[in-house]
This record gives sequence, structure tokens and C-alpha cells, in this order.
Amino acid sequence: MTTASSADHPTRRDFLYVATGAVAAVGAAATVWPLVSQMNPDASTVAAGAPIEVDLTPIAEGQDIKVFWRGKPIYISHRTKKQIEEARKVPVSSLPDPQSDEQRVKPGHDQWLVVVGICTHLGCIPIAHEGAYDGFFCPCHGSVYDTSGRIRQGPAPTNLPVPPYTFVSDTKIQIG
Amino acid sequence: MSGPSDFQPTNPALKWIERRLPIMGLMHSSFVAYPTPRNLNYWWTFGAILSFMLGVQILTGVILAMHYTPHADMAFKSVELIVRDVNYGWLLRNIHASGASMFFFAVYIHMFRGLYYGSYKEPREVLWILGVIIYLLMMATGFMGYVLPWGQMSFWGATVITNLFSAVPYFGESIVTLLWGGYAVGNPTLNRFFSLHYLLPFVIAGVVVLHIWALHVAGQNNPAGVEPKTEKDTVPFTPYATMKDMFGVSCFLLFFAWFIFYMPNYLGDAENYIPANPAVTPAHIVPEWYYLPFYAILRSIPNKLAGVIAMFGAILILAFLPWLDSAKTRSSKYRPLAKQFFWMFVVVCIGLGYLGAQPPEGIYVIVGRILTFLYFAYFLILLPLLARIEKPRPVPNSIADDVLAKSGGKAPMVSAVIAVLMAGGLLVGGADSARAAEGGNKPPAQKWSFSGPFGKFDRGAMQRGLKVYKEVCASCHGLSFVAFRNLAEPGGPGYSVAQAQAFASEYKVKDGPNDQGEMFERPGRPADYFPSPFPNEQAARAANGGAFPPDLSLITKARSYGRGFPMFLIDFFTQYQEQGPDYVTALLQGYEDKPPAGFNLPEGSYFNTYFPGHAIKMPKPLNDGQVTYDDGSPATVAQYAKDVTHFLMWAAEPHMEARKQLGLQVFVFLILLTVLLYFTKKKVWANAH
Ligand code: FES
Repeated sequence: MTTASSADHPTRRDFLYVATGAVAAVGAAATVWPLVSQMNPDASTVAAGAPIEVDLTPIAEGQDIKVFWRGKPIYISHRTKKQIEEARKVPVSSLPDPQSDEQRVKPGHDQWLVVVGICTHLGCIPIAHEGAYDGFFCPCHGSVYDTSGRIRQGPAPTNLPVPPYTFVSDTKIQIG
Repeated sequence: MSGPSDFQPTNPALKWIERRLPIMGLMHSSFVAYPTPRNLNYWWTFGAILSFMLGVQILTGVILAMHYTPHADMAFKSVELIVRDVNYGWLLRNIHASGASMFFFAVYIHMFRGLYYGSYKEPREVLWILGVIIYLLMMATGFMGYVLPWGQMSFWGATVITNLFSAVPYFGESIVTLLWGGYAVGNPTLNRFFSLHYLLPFVIAGVVVLHIWALHVAGQNNPAGVEPKTEKDTVPFTPYATMKDMFGVSCFLLFFAWFIFYMPNYLGDAENYIPANPAVTPAHIVPEWYYLPFYAILRSIPNKLAGVIAMFGAILILAFLPWLDSAKTRSSKYRPLAKQFFWMFVVVCIGLGYLGAQPPEGIYVIVGRILTFLYFAYFLILLPLLARIEKPRPVPNSIADDVLAKSGGKAPMVSAVIAVLMAGGLLVGGADSARAAEGGNKPPAQKWSFSGPFGKFDRGAMQRGLKVYKEVCASCHGLSFVAFRNLAEPGGPGYSVAQAQAFASEYKVKDGPNDQGEMFERPGRPADYFPSPFPNEQAARAANGGAFPPDLSLITKARSYGRGFPMFLIDFFTQYQEQGPDYVTALLQGYEDKPPAGFNLPEGSYFNTYFPGHAIKMPKPLNDGQVTYDDGSPATVAQYAKDVTHFLMWAAEPHMEARKQLGLQVFVFLILLTVLLYFTKKKVWANAH
């Protein structure tokens, strides 16, 4: 390797080696991109995740239904007066994840609670109308949510998330 | 792998590991300090190229398996969904599919190199036999992989190849049933082939380790065929061989990328874009090009069992080569007769490959028999004979002498041989397309805006074509792999998301069951696929006089016609691959009101100049003025035909523009890398000469 001839142009030689190495490294990095990107949801999965519409008329007061959006269960509860009151009575600052009930429902549609039914602890599905707060109870590790879907007890760190949705009419919502 | 290494890491942590597991020493002695003969030519880089290809195939294969569904009802569709919907799925599939061909191309060069330079001779017999085992495993893996897309060729290839075992006396039928897991090729067969196709590459990798181990024990052969004697005869593997191999791999990648980005279907069979149908055998069952020579041998023997034995014998005979050729001189460079016969043998192999793709009739059978005889005669008669009668020229004293003697350089010779081999490979590869669409006239070649390396779809033509499809074709033909959302995707007909949504909502789509358990109809959404006009194949046949109007999603890729020699060779360089669109356009315009005199047109058929056999069940679908264009294009059959074909070409390959664009970038990059590697390699080797 180290003969007289190579010592003649050390800088030019080094430049060649560095350039080759750099170009090869760029190529290797660019190759990794498609190999990783293919793991993301494919186009048909993304398209299937388009917004869905749900008709609320069949849900009686005190009842709830579960629909699926993007493979996730969404709870839609038609809350009773009592449940709404319970949710609004508690001082927000005393909650583990402070959020008022008003922030979690759409104005003028206070009776409708729409939450993603996935426990924020480790992803089990909480059971509706269970637990000490008449909201949701997660059987996996005992997280308890109230009638606003807020965490009250147990290992889950945050409230049940509210998915993006809008009221198309008084009896119809669009999720997504 | 060549004895204890004196490699000692300086880092204490590495030292700690090295004392307990000397893996760095192993790597160092195998791939860094390992002495490699200094006179190796570029034929020796194919070993590295093959290792690289094995890695590429395993990597892309593992990824494709993440998206593939090994079920007879879903396999074909899942492959299409990979290509259409998975991010870069089209790229991964093209790499894997043409990668198989590249792998075989490289292995054939590697084997011929071993043959020419006597690399199988003492003390490298085991090394060579391990190589033959790898080759056999590759053939099994390649075959099972070809079955997985579950197209017509997959299915019938699987049927024919598994039926080879029925030639075994007494147990034949039971063996075949065992292979199938049923009474015919079906879902269980597909499932086990998938399992084995995933397993075998790792077995290959294991045998490759043994192959390299044996190589490092015996040492590499070299063009002079004399063993290294002194330090002067060798150079350390790194950086010398490493740089040379990297340059070789880079050149090979250029060749490979041509297929991936520009000719992805050149080596494939149009027939395999038709879903497997156990009721219809394609007119010509042709295996992939790399099996063709053996297929020709199989067909040239008129007895079933003997044919199968000859075919397997043609491969197994390679394992006995070290003992069939007992000549002391290794390299054919110094064997004037062996050298000439070697090249004749190469021609025989290419000839067999060509014949394997031709219909087994007439002159082809006779020539096939002659070449089969010559193939075996080379191993069984010629090589043993030459070892006894040939007078070899004196070999050089040492490798260093050999290097000094030929500083004139043999580069032209190498490139000439590469040209010959490439032409041969293409001849065989292109032979697939040499099969004529029997009984149909050749459609005239059209000008398409999407052909060539910079080809793009014409949005206007696609939008008009969609209109023609919707108003005419859709009453009988489905388009089931195309979703409404695709109409708004980049590279498509150029509609906006809102337009695609509006288009979708004009369709009624069956959905359900609802809460009452009933199916219901609702307006289409972008995520829905074009609904098919008939609920199932039986209904379609009943409504169309017994003929099944094929789904049009892939029609432009599933139809082809023979280009003939030498056009298909030229096509490789001009990137001509529009046989499908040419045929579809010609067919739509090819109706004659009256069949020519003497042609017996069956009841309920129509005469079409370009349809194979001329009698087509589809009545003339297009008439002048039938569809109104609002952009002022002529409302003629010729225009309709071209537009709808244009649209269907996109439907068959929605990512074609992305493929060609990325191809350009990759080529710019690869050329730059190859040039840099060339100069780096030259600089590094300047010290060795
Ligand atoms: S997952 Fe719900 S409590 Fe752990």
C-alpha cells in the first residue's frame, strides 16, 4: 500500500477515496428508504381510513354503541342528565389529566360523548357503564374512567382521546 | 477460515470478546488478510456478485412476504396489491422478480468460468460439488418462487414440473400426490411452495458458507491455473479483491437496474398476468429462461422416464466433472483443444436454451436431439478423451510470471466474451417473446407517449379512454384492480380528489351486511373498486355465449405477440415493450364484416384479423361516433381504440411514470458510483503492479 508512488499525490488520492465512500454511503442510505417505507400503511389501508358517518337516532338515552374507524373502536354514548352532571361537578384541577367536560363534547350536543375506546395505559378496550364513576372500566389493569371518558383511577396516564368528528346534522356525525 | 489469525484488536472491550469468541480474527483472516492470487480477472468477481444477489433476494423476499397472501384465491390479487398499493411495492417486486434472472445469469457465468479454468480439479472437488448443490437448490427455489404469483404460467409450470416425478416407476403417482397435497395442484401446493420458497434461500446461504470455507481451505484458482508459491503471487483480499469486487458489483447493478426500471416484464411471460385457471392450459408452456436448456433436453427424449432422467442427469453430471476430466493442466488457456471445445459447448447450451422456448415440432426436435447428444458427449466422451490425447502448452512457472507475461492486457477479449454471453442470454430470455400469437396477424407497432425511458401518459387520452371504457367496455368487462381513488393519484388520468369522488358516487356499490343482516347498495366511495358487470364467471359466460369477457385491469400486460428474431434483441436496447397495447388497439380495429373466402367462421363468432385463430366471440365493440368527446378529438374507432388502450395501460401499471423517473435517478447515481469505483480500484491496484 505505502509505496513511493502513492505518496506522490496524497491529497488527490484521499479525495478520490472520500468521494467514492461518500457516494456509496449516500446510495446505501437512499436504498434503505423504500425498504423501511414499505412498512407504512399501504394506499388501500389509507383509503379505507376515510371519514365515516354515523346515524345517532337509534341510540336511546343511557345507551352507547361501538363503531370502528381506522380499525379502532369508537364509543358513542348518549349520556343521561345525571351522567353529564357528574362529569361537570368534579373540580377540573383535581383530575390526573385536567380537562373539563365541555372541552370534550361539541357545544349544543352535551349529551353525546364520542371517545376512542382504547385504554391509554396499554391498549385494552375498557367496558362501558362499569367502574366507580359510571363511565368506563378497563379490565386489564384496572383503570377507571368517568362519564366524560377522563381517567380517574388506575395506571392509565391520560383521558380517553376524542377523535376528530363533526355534527353533520343533529342526528348524524362524521368521524374523521 | 484459513488457519489461526494473528489479528489482535487493541480496544480492551473487543479484546475481551475476541479471547472468548475469535470472530473478528475469523473475519480478518477470511476477508482482509486472506491472500488472493494477483492475476484474477473480472470473471472472478461473479462470486461476489452472487453473494450480493443472494442478499438482495433474501432481503426483498422477506419484505414481499410481509405483504403476500399464500392462498389460491388471494395470491394473484395480493401480488397486484403489492405492486399498486404498498409503498415502493412495484420496486420491490421488480427487484425480486428480475433479481431471480440476474442471479441465474451470474451463476451461469460463474459456472462457465469454473469450467473454462478447471476450477473443479484437485484439490477443489468438494468446493465444486458444493457449488452444484447450490445450483440445484437455486433451481428449486426459483421454480417455487415462480409459482407464488399464481398466474397461468405459475399454475401450469407447477403442474408440469411436479408431474415430472410421475415418471418414477411404481411410486410416481403417490409421489406427485404427496407433492401436491391434493388430487391436483391447488391451495395446499401453493402453501407448501411458499413455505419452502422461504426456507430454501437460507439453506442456500448455509451451503454458501461451506462453499466459501472450502474455497478458503483450497485457495482460489486463477486464470493461469498454477498454485501461488510465494508472497509475490498473491495480494491481500482487502483492499485489492474487495475494491475489484465492488467495481464488478457496481457494473452488474447497471445491468440489473435496466431490467428493474425499464424492462421489468422483458424476461417474464405475459401469460402470467392472467390469474391461474385450472380449466385452461396456455398454448405454450414455457419455463423461465434459466431452465430452458434442461427443458429442451427433457423434450428431445421421446420416452417419459428417460426424458426425466436425462434432464436431471444433465445437471447431476456436473458433480462428476472432476473425475470425468482428468487432465493435469487446469486452465483451458494452455489447452488448445479443450479451449475450442469449451466454446462449442457454450454454443450448444445456448442453442438448447433457444430450442427450449420453441414449439416441440419439426426441425426443432431433430436439432434438439443432436444438441442433447452433444451436451452429454462433451462430458462423457470428449473431456475424458482430451485428457488422454491433448498436448497442453507449458504453464507459467508462477502467477507472478503470468502477470508479467501478459501486461499487454486482454481486456478486448473479456468484453467480446461478455458481449457474446449477453447476446446468448438475451436470445434465450427473449425467446419467450419469440412465441408467435398463433394464427393471428402481427399488430402494427404504434407510437405511444408512454414508451421509452422518458415516457409519460397522455392525460387527455386517458380521460377519453376512461369515457370509452365506462360507456362501452364496462357493460361486459370488469376493471376490478382499479379503485376510484386511483383516478386522482399522481401519474394517473389527472383528476382531482373531488372529481374522483364525484365519479365514484355515480356508481352503486354493494355493501353490508347492515344491522339487520342484509346487503344493501350505496353510492361508491373513492376507496371502492370499479364494480364488475357480472357477479361471477358463470353469469358472465351465460350472458356472452359461453365466452368469458376478461377483466381489463391487466389486459395490456397479459397480451403479447411474437416479435421474432432479431427484433426482440433490439427491443432490449430500445426498451420496446408495448406489445400488449399494440395488440389491444389492433384487435379493437381488426374486425372484418366478411371473413376471407375459405375461412370457416363458427356460429356466434366474429372475424378479427389480430385475434389468435381469428374467430372471436366479442362482437365489434366500437363504431364511429358512438362516444362523444368534448375536447374535439375525432370520434372515430381508431381514436377510441387508442384512447381506451392508453387508459388500460395505465390501469395495468399505475406507477409506470414513477418507475421511469426513479430509474433515471438511479442510473445517474450508478454511473457516477461506477466511475468513482473504477478509479479507486485503479489507484489501489497501482500499488500492486
Ligand atoms: S390496558 Fe387498560 S389498564 Fe392497562
